[in-house]
This record gives sequence, C-alpha cells and structure tokens, in this order.
Amino acid sequence: MNRREALSSVAVLLGGTIIGGQLFSLAGCKSTPEMVNNLFNSDDVGLMDEIAETIIPETNTPGAKAAKTGAFMALMVKDCYKPEHQQIFTAGLKTINDLAQKQYQSSFMDLDAEKRKTMLTALDVEQKEYSEVEANKETPHYFRMLKELTLLGFFTSEVGGTQVLKYVEVPGRYDACIPYKKGDPVYL
Amino acid sequence: MSNQIYDAIVIGSGISGGWAAKELTEKGLKTLLLERGENIEHVKDYKNATKAPWELPHRGGRTQEMINNYPVLKRDYALSEKNLNYWVNEKESPYVETKRFDWFRGYHVGGRSLMWGRQSYRWSNMDFEANAKDGIAVDWPVRYDEIAPWYSHVEKFAGISGSKEGITHLPDGEFLPPMDLNCVEKDVAARIKSEYKDQRQMIIGRVAHVTGPLPGRSNCQYRNKCDLGCPFGGYFSTQSSTLPAAVATGNLTLRPYSIVTKILYDKDSQKATGVEVLDAQTNQTIEYKAKVIFLCASTLNSAWVLMNSATDVWAGGLGSSSGELGHNLMDHHFRTGASGDAEGYEDKYYFGRRPNGIYIPRFRNMNGEKRDYIRGFGYQGGASRQGWNREIAELSIGVDLKEALSEPGKWTIGMTGFGEILPYHENKAVLDKNVKDKWGLPVLALDAEIKENEINMRRDMMEDAKEMLERAGIKNVKGRDSGYGFGQGIHEMGTARMGRDPKTSVLNKHNQVWDAKNVYVTDGSFMTSGNCVNPSLTYMAFTARAVDHAVSELKKMNL
Repeated sequence: MNRREALSSVAVLLGGTIIGGQLFSLAGCKSTPEMVNNLFNSDDVGLMDEIAETIIPETNTPGAKAAKTGAFMALMVKDCYKPEHQQIFTAGLKTINDLAQKQYQSSFMDLDAEKRKTMLTALDVEQKEYSEVEANKETPHYFRMLKELTLLGFFTSEVGGTQVLKYVEVPGRYDACIPYKKGDPVYL
Repeated sequence: MSNQIYDAIVIGSGISGGWAAKELTEKGLKTLLLERGENIEHVKDYKNATKAPWELPHRGGRTQEMINNYPVLKRDYALSEKNLNYWVNEKESPYVETKRFDWFRGYHVGGRSLMWGRQSYRWSNMDFEANAKDGIAVDWPVRYDEIAPWYSHVEKFAGISGSKEGITHLPDGEFLPPMDLNCVEKDVAARIKSEYKDQRQMIIGRVAHVTGPLPGRSNCQYRNKCDLGCPFGGYFSTQSSTLPAAVATGNLTLRPYSIVTKILYDKDSQKATGVEVLDAQTNQTIEYKAKVIFLCASTLNSAWVLMNSATDVWAGGLGSSSGELGHNLMDHHFRTGASGDAEGYEDKYYFGRRPNGIYIPRFRNMNGEKRDYIRGFGYQGGASRQGWNREIAELSIGVDLKEALSEPGKWTIGMTGFGEILPYHENKAVLDKNVKDKWGLPVLALDAEIKENEINMRRDMMEDAKEMLERAGIKNVKGRDSGYGFGQGIHEMGTARMGRDPKTSVLNKHNQVWDAKNVYVTDGSFMTSGNCVNPSLTYMAFTARAVDHAVSELKKMNL
C-alpha cells in the first residue's frame, strides 16, 4: 500500500470522500489557524503545499508536499525576501484564491487536482510573459516566486534529493566520462 | 604587561603564515604564531562540512539579515549561510572605500587558506622579467631559477595535483596525479590544440588537492564542499597541512585573538625587537620579543601593520622610506568570458563532484605578438551537465516538468578570464585615522582602479573565449562581462613590493624590509607585479625561501 492509498483508507474510516487536499489541511476543523511566522499561518502553509504539489506532483515518487515545501516557502519568504517581495508573494497567495473563486466559485484548496493544474498552468504562462519584460525585473511575478521556491524546496530536500534525484555525500572519486542512459536521475 | 621571548614571531596564520611557522619550527626556532581572530580547529570546527543540502535551513542561501550585515561580502558568491563564520565581521572591522574595493577577509586561524580557490601555478621567467622588459614599475629582483627549487619544496609538501605539459611559460611542478577532464572538455581541448596549432592549450587545473599518496593527508573525496573546511584534509590549508607539521615539532605556540598593532623597532640596532599585541577579547596590550619577525597578515593588513609601526622614525611607518609602502596595489580582474552548449554528448555523464576545472594558460602578447595592451590572461572554466536548477521554456508545471528536471540537462561549457592588473603607484592603501574599528584602531582607506590596459584586455578576454569555443564546435556561444570590482579576485598583491633598490622598493630580494632586516614580509604584499595566475603557490615558495634565508642569517649573526 502506498502513501496515497493509506490516506484513502483513512478517509473511508472517517466516513467521507477525499475532496482535494481538504483532509491534509483539516481547514474545517480549526477555529483560528496558527501563525507559523509573522507572515504566514498554517492555512497559508497548507495552500503553499498544494500549490507546490500541483507544480511537482506525486507520481511513482513523492511530490512537493511530501517534502514539506509549503513550510520551506514560509521560511524562505520570511528570511530571504525583501519586504517588497514578501508583499508581492503574500498578495499572490490571495490572488490565487480570488481567481479560484472567480473561475470555479471555490477556494483553491477545494479544487480537484485537474482544476488546480489548469489554473496554475495559466498563471505560469502569465509569469513567463511578465518575466520577459526587463522593466519587471525588480518586481518579480508571484507565480515565478512560487515556482522557483517549489523547485528549490523540493529538489534540495531529502525527499526530492534522494528519492527523485541522486545524492552522494562522499563520492570518493571522479569518473570523468561514463555512459548515461535516458531516464537515469541527475545528481543533486 | 608581560614580556615574552621567542626566537621568531609569525604574524598571521593563513597560507603564508602557516608556511612560515612550519619552516621556522622545523628548523628548530621557538616560534609564536599570532592570529588576530578566533581559532578554527581542523575537522572539529567545520560545522557544516558534512551536512546535506537539506540540513541547511535556507539550503545555503542568504537571508536579508546576512545581506544587511555583510554589505561587502554580498557583492559576490561568497556570502552564504554555509560558511558565514569564516568571513570577517564587517561591522567590527570596517574600512574606507575611497573607490569601490571588494575586500573579502577571513579573520581566524587558517585565514583564507580555508576558503581559497586552490588553483596553483608556477610563474616563469616571462613573468619575472616582464617589468624590466616593459620598463614599468621596478624589476623583480628574482628569476625563475632561484625560485624553482622552492616551488618544488612547497609543492611536495602541500600536494599539488596536475598534469605535466611541458609549457615553457607555465612550468611543470612536482605533481600528484592530475584530475581528469570530462568527455566534453577532452574533445574541446583536442580541438583547441589543433585549431591553434599548439599555440593554445586547455589543460586540467593544477590544484592543491591530494590525489595520490601524501604522508599525513587523505585523498580528495570529490565532494566539492571545500570552502566549508574539509574533514578529510583533502585540500591544502593551514589546518590540514602546515599547522600540524609546526605543532609536531614542539616549537610552536599559537595565539589566536592577537591583533598585532605594531612592530617594535630599535633605532640603534636598526632592527625590530618584537611586536605589540592587542588581545581582541580582553583589550590588554602585550609585548612579545623575538630575533626575527615574519609578517604574513595578508597584503593589506601587512601594509597596515607596517604603516602603524615605527612612526616616530618614519612618519609613514616601518618600511616607508622608499615612499612605496601601501602603493602598487594589485588584484586579478575577471568575470568576463564566454559559454555555450556542447551537442552530441547526451549519452555521456560523470560521477563525483570534481572541485576543479580546466585551465587555458596565457597566449596573448607572446611569441612576438603585440596587442593594444601589455601582459595577458588565462582562463578557468569547465564543462558540465545541467542539473535540476535550469529553465525549461517549453515546460510549464506538473509531471512533465518533474520528470524533465529529474534528469540531467544539456552539456554546457564556460570559461572566464583572469587578467593581470599592472602595478600602478597610485593604486594604494593608506591609514585613515578618522575611522576606527571595534578596538579603536585606525582603518585602511583603499583607493584603486583598473585602467586602460586592463579595460582593453577585457575585450580580448571575452572575444577570445567566444572564438575558441566556436572554433571548438560549441553551439550557442555567448560572451559575457559581469563587471569587476577591484579586490573581487581576492588576490590582493603589491603593497610592500620587493626590488633591487631601497629607494624604490620596500623589501629586498629575500623579502626583508630594507629598513629593518629582521622583518620578512612574505604574503602577497611583496609582489612586484601580478601576472595572471593564482598567486598563493608563489607566496608559499617565497615564504619557505625567506625562512631558509632568515635562519642562515641568524646563524651567521647577521640579524
């Protein structure tokens, strides 16, 4: 039984069906979401986890949520972003929920995986066009931030770095020229 | 105040100071090694050296707090949470930038030997004769034949990996086995060799890593985490190499937190008698006496110590009688070159993280050729396959992106030139008594810039890189010049140059201060010109030679 199947069984035991990531965030069970730092609360982390999971989904290997990418984003934005970039980022999270409301009359968390992907794919097109404009360099698009943090958070995590990529702490030697077979993972 | 007496005092524990301490103690001198900063003990204090990327909270990145606290270090790659404690606290130790000057300092035992780039090249006679031939600055008082045995001496102990190539102007050394070029580098090297009819070479970098048997050391493990400190001692540092050798003699006393404020000078004997030390923790002043002093505090700080010493005799400080102390400040300018894609190697890869790259030795202004500048540059670079951290324009999000980034990307190859900066008298460091550091000591004001010769050279550094890559069959070749801030090469040199005449130089050919013969200055400050190769191996060789001279002079009662 893999992790997803395990969760499905739990859902059955609870007498419900899984709707999106609701079960993971347990949003409905909480009165006030806990602040994880001065910028984000636990609901935000849940939302960032689901956005990250949409960008890097679970396949036969774990996805971004399993690597706790939401919590990583909360830390990075708080510690490493300039205040004006923090502002773009937090406003962006709100925009994503507003867009979900507008397009699907639902919060992002309540959307199924396919609708999430459709929505974020459109945002990725938007950020690519936006990022090509030199004048926008100082004010990056919020979805570019989300995507970059997802990739960084996932691929340099233990889950991403060892179960999706390969990481060897002490290679011990350098083999300068070896065969590569399509499908073999890249070294972190 | 206590008076303590040693045979020798070494000021500074970096690459040069470590070597001075090793050579002096091995020759039987009771030696005091003074280091202004904290101790970093080999292996034990390399806090992040064995951490995986995910064990660093920001995965090695830089926080806003770090950016605010390190306004100089943030200008280049060096600012990272991985080894922040190896870089100087900029608030405690300010300096004045009369012109922009990127001064990247390490104030701790081992100095920058812990974080250095480890590339190690000999100079040749072309380099030692250059000033005389061009009629600039002053002539080097040393030629290759005199220093070659000392290069051998230090290479054998430090452990330099490299390939023997028979290149006259980049002499071979006492090498441990070379690291290998990867598939793309090997083919590009062969193409460059044939395209340029043996006038240009691409070789594996010569690097201070252990790649074969070397007593007391372990082989490089290809982790490429060198600047965190190596728990295997795989590369040369004070901690891995010279310090344990000095300690083993029983003749060494290491004293961290010891800021040397001045060299004490006796007018009658015209010699130094010792040093005054300010304890960085207690603020106590202590005097230490010795027969001979090795000043190895790094180019700019050695100039500072001299400028702050014997000012009652010479207003400009000890060694200032020529008017050259603090002048002729040099570095290597770089950050311009080219890169492109290597096609047709999709079925090739490599294993291990080689902490080294390719080197293309200087080829300009040689063999009768004359450009619109003098001297030249070499290239460092390498080929690799892109990792997860790459842009894939045609992919958006989801499974396709995940799968694509989980595999290696295309092969790319890039190179950046490292160019010579001429020794301009007006490029200088001076004392600024209006600005004080944490300990109330005056600081340095740095005033240096590159000029027409370097600016003209930079054009070739980019264009030649583009041309070579294109002629080697590389696709999508793009040149780039990321700009250069003086000091960014972290190869400061020349504030106490050696020469043949006390009227125009600070040191004689043995690294002795003309004005105080028992003071030897053997870090980058002695450099009469800068050449274009990484300088540390040359400091090692001159330091060992200077110690040999000092000990023989002591025996002859000349000091």
